[in-house]
Amino acid sequence: MKINILVSSLFLGLIAVSCQSKDQKLPIIGEKEIITRQENGVTITDSVYPKIPSFQFLNQDSTYISDKDFDNKIYVANFFFTHCPSICPTMQRNLLQAYEKYKGDDRISFLSHSIDFKYDQPSVLKSYADRLGVDNNQWQFVTGSKAEIYGIADNYLVYAKEDSTVAGGYDHTGYLVLIDHEKHIRGAYDGTNDEQTQQMLKDIEILLQEYKK
Amino acid sequence: MNKYITFILISMLIVFFYQLSACNSNVDIKKAQYTVNGQKLYVQHCQNCHGSKGEGLGKLYPPLTDDNYFKENRALLSGIVKNGMRGEIIVNGEKYNQEMPANKQLTVVDIAYILTYITTNFGKSDVIYSTEEVIENLKNHNQL
Ligand code: HEC
Repeated sequence: MKINILVSSLFLGLIAVSCQSKDQKLPIIGEKEIITRQENGVTITDSVYPKIPSFQFLNQDSTYISDKDFDNKIYVANFFFTHCPSICPTMQRNLLQAYEKYKGDDRISFLSHSIDFKYDQPSVLKSYADRLGVDNNQWQFVTGSKAEIYGIADNYLVYAKEDSTVAGGYDHTGYLVLIDHEKHIRGAYDGTNDEQTQQMLKDIEILLQEYKK
Repeated sequence: MNKYITFILISMLIVFFYQLSACNSNVDIKKAQYTVNGQKLYVQHCQNCHGSKGEGLGKLYPPLTDDNYFKENRALLSGIVKNGMRGEIIVNGEKYNQEMPANKQLTVVDIAYILTYITTNFGKSDVIYSTEEVIENLKNHNQL
């Protein structure tokens, strides 16, 4: 009887340990596609996860940046606009926590897309970044055409839309989206929620571990 | 026996002070009502920009913790909440120059609740910002 208890608790302990180590890897988010190919007469099936496609946007210094600038880094992306009276200030306040924590750490960067393609020209983004307290290029603020910005929002699984009936004129979700070196989505957090922001800070550490040499 | 008497004396003292504080309770209850409602409205309408502790955000949104600013501009606060503000201001020694949107939908009572909450919770005031004060503020500046 005693041994029974010992064995089963050992077993339970093992499950707990293995579950935990499994938890240490973040899932890849998005619907996977099964692709089959032929190699030397053998059929091989791969599961392919959606990736953030290549992009090019104008940043706060009026220079073009692209997905290449985020190669070999993880990054957090979001969508906002400078005159947003609703969720953006809270979301940016929370992202600022992460920026300040990792300032100067070139393993990670930050990318905010403005969805107000009419008003948020580079000079407006520059003054916004300055006032927010962002003084290096680790956090990029970008603008682009409506089609480009709203198109890529879909890839990040963020809803964004022009809507004159909501405060500020644009409707969008305040997600902070965590991207890995392969441009896969590894986490999405409600940037207006403190707990989820703390979760993101933990998950960033877990993701960084994957690339530890 | 001695112990028994001290016990009675102490209990009487406790009861005495309890009742003494209860004399104040009318004012306290009213203030509590104002601040509790004020906090709810603050979370809905102001916290995004000014933060849950009134800390503001960088140089974009000023903090609501400058008690001197509140004192010097007490008569203008209702107008700021109702109609928003723009132009350069100095808060806690820092310059700010952005635009705060109007809150036309807020009633006089709402404004009194919110201002009581921010001036007593983030500022150092210990008095209610009454509805009469709000009405007078807005009247004096033709903002009612
Ligand atoms: C969209 C962001 C935003 C919202 C929402 C907002 N404010 Fe402001 N607030 C500002 C900005 C920006 C200023 C500074 C305006 C300037 O530079 O002239 C300001 C200034 C103030 C000031 C005067 C300066 C100070 O820091 O004491 C008070 C008081 C104030 N706001 C209270 C409120 C209250 C109360 C609410 C909610 C009813 C609110 N604000 C909602 C952005 C906002």
